[in-house]
Amino acid sequence: MKALLYLGCTVPVRNLNYELSVRLTARALGIEFLDEEAFGCCGFPAKSLDSRDSLLLAARNLALAEKRGLEVCALCNSCAAALAEAAHLLDHNPELKKDVNKKLEIIGLRYEGPVRVRHYMRLLWEEVGLERIKIAVSRPLEGVKLAPHYGCHYLKPSELTAGFDSPDLPRTMAELIAVTGAVSVDYSTLKDCCGGAVLGFSEPVANALAAKKLEELSRIEAHALVLVCPFCNVMYEGQQKKIAKAMGVDIKVPVVYYPQILGLALGLSPDELGFKLNRIKPAELLKMVEA
Amino acid sequence: MNRKKLNELDPSFKEQVARQPGGEGLRVCFGCKACTAVCPIEPVDKRYDPRKIIRMALLGMKREVLEADFIWLCSSCYGCQEVCPQNVCFTEVMFAIKNLAVAEGCVPPGLAAQKTLLKQHGRLYEVTDFENEKREKLGLPKIVEHPEDYDALL
Repeated sequence: MKALLYLGCTVPVRNLNYELSVRLTARALGIEFLDEEAFGCCGFPAKSLDSRDSLLLAARNLALAEKRGLEVCALCNSCAAALAEAAHLLDHNPELKKDVNKKLEIIGLRYEGPVRVRHYMRLLWEEVGLERIKIAVSRPLEGVKLAPHYGCHYLKPSELTAGFDSPDLPRTMAELIAVTGAVSVDYSTLKDCCGGAVLGFSEPVANALAAKKLEELSRIEAHALVLVCPFCNVMYEGQQKKIAKAMGVDIKVPVVYYPQILGLALGLSPDELGFKLNRIKPAELLKMVEA
Repeated sequence: MNRKKLNELDPSFKEQVARQPGGEGLRVCFGCKACTAVCPIEPVDKRYDPRKIIRMALLGMKREVLEADFIWLCSSCYGCQEVCPQNVCFTEVMFAIKNLAVAEGCVPPGLAAQKTLLKQHGRLYEVTDFENEKREKLGLPKIVEHPEDYDALL
């Protein structure tokens, strides 16, 4: 299948390990990604200021995708949710679409719709599927213990995620981890919010949210926390040292992106998958894989 | 909290919230507090209490809501929205409240800076030659900014 790869703002400048591993694993599994250089911010950051602006920015990206006649694959939970929500609103509300198109006209664009938007994990789940991934696994990650973190916008609002996964009993990520041969750990803070959206307003509140999960994962000795969102990464990887210091504890939880794990299982090398860019190195995991 | 005189309240505030996109659910809240029970922020900072914010809005405590720091603490996790028996969609109501606060001039400095970035770069992070050279070395395509579109739309 073909899709436009939507990188968003954060991934292409701060999470190149995520981007590299997405592109490589997609290629290995028969997903053809095309780039659209005119894509910009998804609009979600503007939603607190003005929801109408946020919708307009999302619609701009959707209109660009429509011109290319392709669906959109996003890598950030918030980008995926914002773009999918915008498509949902515009496709169900002709008056709203008319208003938005009046403004898009200023920049020479138009959205008719529908344009489909899915997160990379959803593409893996729905387009590739566990069976095909299983066949493609050449280096099963035996003995590796991984903790999935879905992130809020992966699962909610359920209006947008219905038919994919459940906010109460999520399973897609755990199964996508299990198919690599690793053990997906079930743990009590699995569904915790990372706190990323609050970081700009109150660092202590944001850190308090992320701290619970890091503390539990440190205790149960998972080889790594597995993420699929750069927002969650800011909290769990970027803030981890600060959080440990504030709590006065010695926490060290390696943080990886799911496609990096998948890539290892597909036989790709840690270097190709950008593991050098992980700031809290999953040293034990890599040692086990390369043994 | 200090006692409020009735005539200091703005009974039209709930209508103002309800008229914003996503704000209409406010009217049907029956105060069960399921939202507060699942909120990840409330246990960490008691000032952010979804049910209390709804009550304040319904009572017309416009200034106390719009000028409060705590309205910016919503993590937009959508937990409240999932459990609400009345389909209030409180995460969306909070966006409506924040939009009104911005319209009244209550804008946290970080958010104002984000809007400037969007208008100047069309992205949250500026992409310079440094970033593009790093991308090129890794075989990744160049990122091109389109600030003109964002400046025209915002």
